[in-house]
Amino acid sequence: MDYVNLRRQAASLRKGLFDQGYLDEQFYQLEDLQDDASPNFVEEVVTLFFRDSARLMANIDQALDKCVKDFNKLDVYMQQLKGSCTSIGASRMKTECTAFRECCRDENIEGSHSLSILNLCMRSFQKIKREHSVLRQKLESYFQLLRQAGPVECATRPNK
Amino acid sequence: MASYAGSKSTGGEGSSREPHVLAVDDSLVDRKVITSLLRKSKYRVTAVDSGKRALELLDTEPNVNMIITDYSMPEMTGYELLKKVKESSELCQIPVVIMSSENVPTRINRCLEEGAEDFLLKPVQLSDVSRLCNRVLR
Repeated sequence: MDYVNLRRQAASLRKGLFDQGYLDEQFYQLEDLQDDASPNFVEEVVTLFFRDSARLMANIDQALDKCVKDFNKLDVYMQQLKGSCTSIGASRMKTECTAFRECCRDENIEGSHSLSILNLCMRSFQKIKREHSVLRQKLESYFQLLRQAGPVECATRPNK
Repeated sequence: MASYAGSKSTGGEGSSREPHVLAVDDSLVDRKVITSLLRKSKYRVTAVDSGKRALELLDTEPNVNMIITDYSMPEMTGYELLKKVKESSELCQIPVVIMSSENVPTRINRCLEEGAEDFLLKPVQLSDVSRLCNRVLR
């Protein structure tokens, strides 16, 4: 098993996530919290995030489906989702959440155009879903590589 | 057979020397992160998901050295929890810290005026926690 190569692949994937703006510095904070006492902390938090965000997004989906014009409620869900994104450093998702909330706020000004606002919200939400899906895929690949690469001791053992 | 003096820890009446922090946040992800941040800073942590549960715990668990709570929570906000704590003769001595993802100066001032020890912007960092705990928990 070429642990060094696997580690390199994982590192490269990770770098890509930062370079392409999928993750921000908050993710470093999570990595800093990982230690011997919590050796899988990052993956645990990320797993929790995807489970929780899927739930929130299902709520939002349902609300949008029913053409609920309670934009305040949508905003509350989105605030929660954005909060979670912020906590793990999911930067692109966070940006899209902000954009969605802007749509909801517009409604307060132009109350009579709620249908078009709803449309904007739906489109914005599609973007969030896409980012969610891409991030999930990439992070799952990343953690899989890490798992295959094994603990750091393997990689750092002299292996010429 | 030896008889034990009651408390299961060694030493005196407190269960441990580490300060006990009660973390309150309705977000699953944030609870996990704040718990880890506090544990990393060597504090014992109990995390609950609502103000209501926090008050229930405070009723039964006397040894809480600090409360750190999210502001935006359904049913009872962090501000409302802060007020309840400060209004209680048993609990008012416990320092309360508020966390929020939104930087709203009026909100911050209101919390500080109500007796909050500090107001942290999310995402909370390790440095925020250690700075805070050094000051509050000495």
